[in-house]
Amino acid sequence: MTRSSKSWVLGSVAAALTLAGGLAFGQTTITGAGATFPYPVYAKWADAYAAKTGVHLNYQSIGSGGGIAQTKAKTVDFGASDAPLTQQQLDEIGLIQWPMIMGGVVPVLNVPGVKPGEVRLTPTLLADIYLGKVANWNSPEIAAANPGVKLPDLAITVVHRADGSGTTWIFTNYLDKVSPEWHTKVGTSTAVSWPTGVGGKGNEGVSAYVLRINGAIGYVEYAYCLQNHMTYALLRNAAGNFVSPTAKAFQAAAANADWKDAPGYYLVLTDQPGAESWPITGASFILFYKDQPNAAKAKAVLSFFAWCYANGQKMAEELDYVPMPKNVADMMEANWTAKVHSAGQAVWK
Amino acid sequence: MTRRAHGRAPLLAEGLFRTAALTCAAFVLLVMAGLFVVLLYRSRLSIHRFGWGFLWSTAWDPVRDNFGAASSIFGTIISTLIAMLIAVPLSFIIALFLVEVAHPRIARPVSYGIELLAAIPSIIYGMWGLFVLAPLMATYVQPEMQKVVGKLPLFSGPPMGIGVLTAGLVLALMVLPFITAVVRDVFALVPAVMKEAGYGLGATTWEVTRKVTVGYGMKGIVGGVFLGLGRAIGETMAVTFVIGNDHRIAASLFASGNSIASTLANEFTEASEPVYLSALVELGLILFVVTLVIQVLAQLWLARLARQAGTIA
Repeated sequence: MTRSSKSWVLGSVAAALTLAGGLAFGQTTITGAGATFPYPVYAKWADAYAAKTGVHLNYQSIGSGGGIAQTKAKTVDFGASDAPLTQQQLDEIGLIQWPMIMGGVVPVLNVPGVKPGEVRLTPTLLADIYLGKVANWNSPEIAAANPGVKLPDLAITVVHRADGSGTTWIFTNYLDKVSPEWHTKVGTSTAVSWPTGVGGKGNEGVSAYVLRINGAIGYVEYAYCLQNHMTYALLRNAAGNFVSPTAKAFQAAAANADWKDAPGYYLVLTDQPGAESWPITGASFILFYKDQPNAAKAKAVLSFFAWCYANGQKMAEELDYVPMPKNVADMMEANWTAKVHSAGQAVWK
Repeated sequence: MTRRAHGRAPLLAEGLFRTAALTCAAFVLLVMAGLFVVLLYRSRLSIHRFGWGFLWSTAWDPVRDNFGAASSIFGTIISTLIAMLIAVPLSFIIALFLVEVAHPRIARPVSYGIELLAAIPSIIYGMWGLFVLAPLMATYVQPEMQKVVGKLPLFSGPPMGIGVLTAGLVLALMVLPFITAVVRDVFALVPAVMKEAGYGLGATTWEVTRKVTVGYGMKGIVGGVFLGLGRAIGETMAVTFVIGNDHRIAASLFASGNSIASTLANEFTEASEPVYLSALVELGLILFVVTLVIQVLAQLWLARLARQAGTIA
C-alpha cells in the first residue's frame, strides 16, 4: 500500500470513527495520530477530559513517523511525535510543535543471578555493546565498570526495535552523542542499520525477547520496565554519577532543559547535565498547523492540551511519565497565541 | 411462437452466462496486472535510485536512505527451504500412511486433526513459536546440536531460540497440513484397479506406491507442494514473531534474520521517507515476481512431465 492510500485508509477510519462518535454522542471529537509512547497518558487525559467537558479525543497510536505523515496529509487535527522536528522541517510544512510529556528509556537485561540495578554501564560501554564490540558479559570492559559483581561467561544478545520508533530515536540519539564511533557508523533515527542483535516489534516485543533470551540486553520505555519487573542497569550520566531510572531522575534531566532558547522547541533531553539526571530522557511532541481552517476546532484542540498542562500532572505521574513544568507550559501557551491563526485571527487568547 | 421462445431463452441465458464467466475470469487477470502496475509505479523511486543493485545489496540503512533487498530475500529463501525440506517428506509419509497403511478408524481422526491444523490462524503459530518452541530450542535443541556437530559455522553463535531455523520449523508445521491434505486426496483418487493390477504383478506396497500411486498423482502432488511453498514464502506474522527481524545475512541458522514479508510488516507504518517507503514497496514487488516465477516454472515442469508421460504411453 502506498503512502497516499495508507493515509486515505487511516483518514477514512478516523473520519468514520469521528462520525460514529459524533452521531452517538452529538459532541465534539478531536482527532490525533502518532507516537505510541505517550498513548497511555493521552488516553487517560482524554477520558477525564471527556467526562468533564464532553469533548472526545480520538487518538490513533500509529507511531511517530505515521503521525508526521498523517499531519502532512491533514487527516488529523494534530500529530504526535517522539522525535522533534527541526525549525526548518516545521517551516516547510507550516507547523509548530510543543512538548507535551516526558519519559525515560531504560536499558534492561536478562543475566542469571543479576538483580535490578546491580550492573553499571558507562555510556561508551552501552554503545560498544550495541556496536557488537563487547559481546560477552564476562568481558574485561564490563568487569572494569562493575567491581565486585560476578558476571557469567555468557554471550550478550542485543535486542532492538524491529519497527521504526520514537523510543529508538531517543536511544540512538543518546548513543550518537556519547560515542563518536556510533555517530559515524550508525547515526540517529527512528530506525537505524543495527550493527548486531535481534529485533522485537514494539516495546512489548523487546520486553518479550529480553525476558526470554539468556544474556539479552534491550531498551524499553520506563513503564514497560516497571510493569514487567525487568532487570534494569544503572547508567553513568554526564556528571559522572551512576543513576537509577526513576521518575525523579527523569525530572532532574528535564529541569536543566533550556526550552526558551531552543529554536522551534527542538530540544532533545538526552545526556543532560545535573548530578541526578537520567541520561536517556526524552520529550514527546505535538504537531499543529499554524494556519487553522476552522477556528472553533483549533480552539477545542488547544483547550484540551491547556487543560492537560494544568490538570494532567497527577495522572501522568501515576503512569510513570514526567509532566511538563508550569513555566514550560506557560511558554507554550504564549507561543500558541503568537503563532496559531485562523482567517488572520489569533485562535488562542 | 412458443417453441421459438423456448428455443431462444436458453441461447440468451447461454450468452449471458458466457459473458459473466468471461468477465469473472478476466477480473482475476486484471487484479493481477493492476497489482503489478501499482507495485511497479510506487517503487519507481527506489528502482531509479538503486537499480538492479537493490537485489544484491545487503545494506538497510534508514539513516542514510540506503536500501538493499539481499538480506530479506536470503531470509525468505532459507526459512522457506528449511520448511519445505522438513514438511514435504513428512507430508508424503503421513499421506501414504493415511491412504495405504492405516485402518480407516485411525486414518479418519488423524485426517481431521490435520485439517484442524490447517485452520489455525498464523498468529497462533507465531505465538506458539515464540513462547513454547523458542525456549525449547534455546535450552535443549540448539545446545545439543552444537555439542553433536561441534562448531560448524552453520550452528554457531549463542543459542537464542529465535532465528532462521526456528522460523523454518514453525513454517514447516504451518505448511505440513496443506501439503498432506492435498497429497492424501491425490493418493486416494488413484483408481483401485491400477493399484490392484500392480499387486497382481507381485509388486510390494512400496513398489506400487512409488511406481503407480506417485506416478499417477504427480500433478496433484506438485500442486500440493507449491500450495505449501506459496504459503511459506509469503507468511508474515508467524515469521515476524520468531525470525529475529535483523537485516543481516548470517552463516549460522541460529542467527536472526528477516524475510520480505516480516520486513514489510515491521517497517511499513514508520517509513516516513519517500525512498524508504519506495524500497519497501519494491520488496513487495520482488515477492510478487518471485511467486509468479515459481508458479510459471511449476506449470512448465508439469507440462513437460505430461509430455514425457505421453511419449512413454
